[in-house]
Amino acid sequence: MTENGTTTNILISGVGGQGVLLASYVLGQAAMKEGYEVKQSEVHGMSQRGGSVVSHLRFGERLASPIVTQGTADFLLSFEPLEALRFFNWLRPGALLIYNTLRVNPSTVAAGLATYPDGIHERIAQAWPNSRGIDATLLAEEAGTAKATNIVMLGSIARELPFPLETWRHIIGRVVPPKTVDTNMKAFELGRAAGR
Amino acid sequence: MKDILSGNEAIARGAWEAGVRFAAAYPGTPSTEILENIRGYEDIESQWSPNEKVATEVALGASIAGARSLAVMKHVGVNVAADPLFTASYTGVNGGFVMITADDPAMHSSQNEQDNRNYARFAKVPLLEPSDSQEAKDMLKLAFELSEEFDTPVLFRTTTRISHSKTMVELGERAALEPLTVLEKDVPKYTMLPGFARAKHPKVEQRILDLAQRAETLDVNRIEMGDPAVGIVASGVVYQYAREAFPGASFLKLGMTYPLPQGMVEKFRSKVDRLYVVEELDPFLEERIRLMGVKVDGGKSVFPITGELDPGLVARLLTAAGAPGADGDLLTEPGPGAEGLPMRPPTLCPGCSHRGVFTVLSRLKVFVSGDIGCYTLGAMPPFGAMHSCVCMGASIGMAHGISKVTDAQGQIKNQTVAVIGDSTFFHSGITGLMDTIWNRGASTTIILDNRTTAMTGGQETPGTGKTLSGEPAAEVDIPRLVEALGVKRIAYMDPYDLTETEEVIRRELEAPEPSVIIARAPCVLQFKIMNDPWTVDSELCNGCKRCLRVGCVALSLIEGEGEEDTLVEIDPVQCNGCGVCAQMCRFGAILPPVPVEA
Ligand SMILES: Cc1ncc(C[n+]2csc(CCOP(=O)(O)OP(=O)(O)O)c2C)c(N)n1
Ligand code: SF4
Ligand code: SF4
Repeated sequence: MTENGTTTNILISGVGGQGVLLASYVLGQAAMKEGYEVKQSEVHGMSQRGGSVVSHLRFGERLASPIVTQGTADFLLSFEPLEALRFFNWLRPGALLIYNTLRVNPSTVAAGLATYPDGIHERIAQAWPNSRGIDATLLAEEAGTAKATNIVMLGSIARELPFPLETWRHIIGRVVPPKTVDTNMKAFELGRAAGR
Repeated sequence: MKDILSGNEAIARGAWEAGVRFAAAYPGTPSTEILENIRGYEDIESQWSPNEKVATEVALGASIAGARSLAVMKHVGVNVAADPLFTASYTGVNGGFVMITADDPAMHSSQNEQDNRNYARFAKVPLLEPSDSQEAKDMLKLAFELSEEFDTPVLFRTTTRISHSKTMVELGERAALEPLTVLEKDVPKYTMLPGFARAKHPKVEQRILDLAQRAETLDVNRIEMGDPAVGIVASGVVYQYAREAFPGASFLKLGMTYPLPQGMVEKFRSKVDRLYVVEELDPFLEERIRLMGVKVDGGKSVFPITGELDPGLVARLLTAAGAPGADGDLLTEPGPGAEGLPMRPPTLCPGCSHRGVFTVLSRLKVFVSGDIGCYTLGAMPPFGAMHSCVCMGASIGMAHGISKVTDAQGQIKNQTVAVIGDSTFFHSGITGLMDTIWNRGASTTIILDNRTTAMTGGQETPGTGKTLSGEPAAEVDIPRLVEALGVKRIAYMDPYDLTETEEVIRRELEAPEPSVIIARAPCVLQFKIMNDPWTVDSELCNGCKRCLRVGCVALSLIEGEGEEDTLVEIDPVQCNGCGVCAQMCRFGAILPPVPVEA
């Protein structure tokens, strides 16, 4: 890890509209609540129009850059398999990749101009053995709505991070719409159970 | 109190704490959220303007009236606003006046990569560049102080990685302001007739010399000594990258990057063995430093002049140039990625009102002179139906120019059509249309009136009847405006009806005089319009893929029952029920939703 050995670098990748930025926000707030210095960076712009979205999140005792350097990420949290395969080489050797198994076609595939890679899960496992696929969207539906997929994904990485459960619950409760708190808490728990 | 704020949120907060009374902007990534956040502070009167030139002028007016005021834009917006900026440099200010330029190295969402630090030197105004959100907030206050002390506009530059990165900020408060009571008139100061302007120019030159003196003692410029073997000059987010890459090195950290503190630069040079200038885009600092006669051991000889830097790049390139002390963790070249993956570019939303127009344009043999907005995606496959796009508002003038020279020979008559969005038409399309009419052009202009500035997240326009703060306002009536410009042919089309859209465009292209076609249909994303999904009857679909030409992500090819059999499927979650794909199907295989019985 960089500088003084206490920085955690997380890269979150996905598709515009999947809630990548909200997930990153929750992680940042949780890290701040635990007393860490936090830096975060993302490129929005046309992200809502279904393009790839990446958010960088770093926390630790002292850090300078808001962006993660390729090859130094401690975790890659991908909301879509193709976006996992696109970014796995941002991880440092041995680091953990968690991804949502539900495929979302890029526009190039929808228009019949490109094909979605065959056997994507095998390719991910081969490219990055320390990876876990999670049916996050299914779990979110089980919790009540597919919209909670990003919260399931947060749950799936929760055990790896030094934040107590109350912190997660507190921050998630604050950022999701009031009516959906229970659903999102359930989604978080399902993600946590699946993240083992 | 501390919070994690983006650079843009911090600037909004800084404006409030600094006692800004007035702020104006035209949206543009990565600057847009500055005004969207300022809107939340009731003590600041804030507004969208039709374009950046007007935003700058209204903010300058507010400054002359005594208010601290802010004009905000993306980098290319300064091109539009350059005219008032350059002469505001002569008039100076009354209340502090700051122009924010949000640059976009790597062009995450821009049409060029210009380095707006050059504007500071060109307009002879000071330039401040924060390196994180805390500095963005604090330095904005300094910008207003310098503006008032030196009687000058101040240019304040962020980049995408400052505007859209979040770092921790200690929040402050706003001091109470006295109401403004007098509007002073000062003809020689604010009226730039040649005689008065001539008197001003030497003062502008002296001001820059005085500011260079002040730069020596500003605490945003500082020497941070570490290992004297390597000295790095940097500013903005690049300073953070270099700090990460060379934690032990010595730094000359510049918050004010124009004019430069020569004494401080010389002093730093004398303390370090090697001096490197690390900056994105142009060699702006490097050239100034070399002009001082100061030896630079590496700048653009080491770093690329295009694109963004990052900590790994700084570590690797400076190490290759012979600088010791890089963080070893950043030095390893990243491993190879997966090859041959399909790209995931942004795309028109399912249900977007622009889809039908480009589906039709892609099959007409016309030259589409395009403009900037969501509809620029019409240039992408499968449409390929936009053949030029240069800057906001350019579509209409360029179409006129094209048709002027092609019509002259009488061979390729009326083969050009301009396509422009409503916000872009208000921004700078009106004058292009005026030119076409005045100069007896015959080209056709399609105005895609989706009732919002969709590309930047759905801001109000002069045509939506609402201001930034949501107050009701007069609506520009596009047909009547166009008519007043002298357009005789005004046609309307429903962009969701492909037959009608094609008929209208063909008819207006044939017309021997200029015409305007208005396609009025609201942006489905901004107005949260949701229609029930259509479905594909797998019996009727024969896999011809004709519907895929509408470029909608809700459509996909799946395996059918038989060998080699492919079918189209509609994802019911993504489909927004616009029915455009169904009009492409020759077999009636795409069916509307069945209405649920009440
Ligand atoms: C001078 C300048 N200012 C701002 C921008 C950013 N920008 C690009 S397109 C656009 C507005 C698009 O709105 P509209 O024309 O209504 O099209 P829509 O996206 O709604 O389809 C803006 C603000 C720019 N590229 N250039
Ligand atoms: S945001 Fe609106 S204008 Fe832009 S692609 Fe989506 S529907 Fe179309
Ligand atoms: S009806 Fe067809 S084109 Fe329209 S949103 Fe649905 S799939 Fe896309």
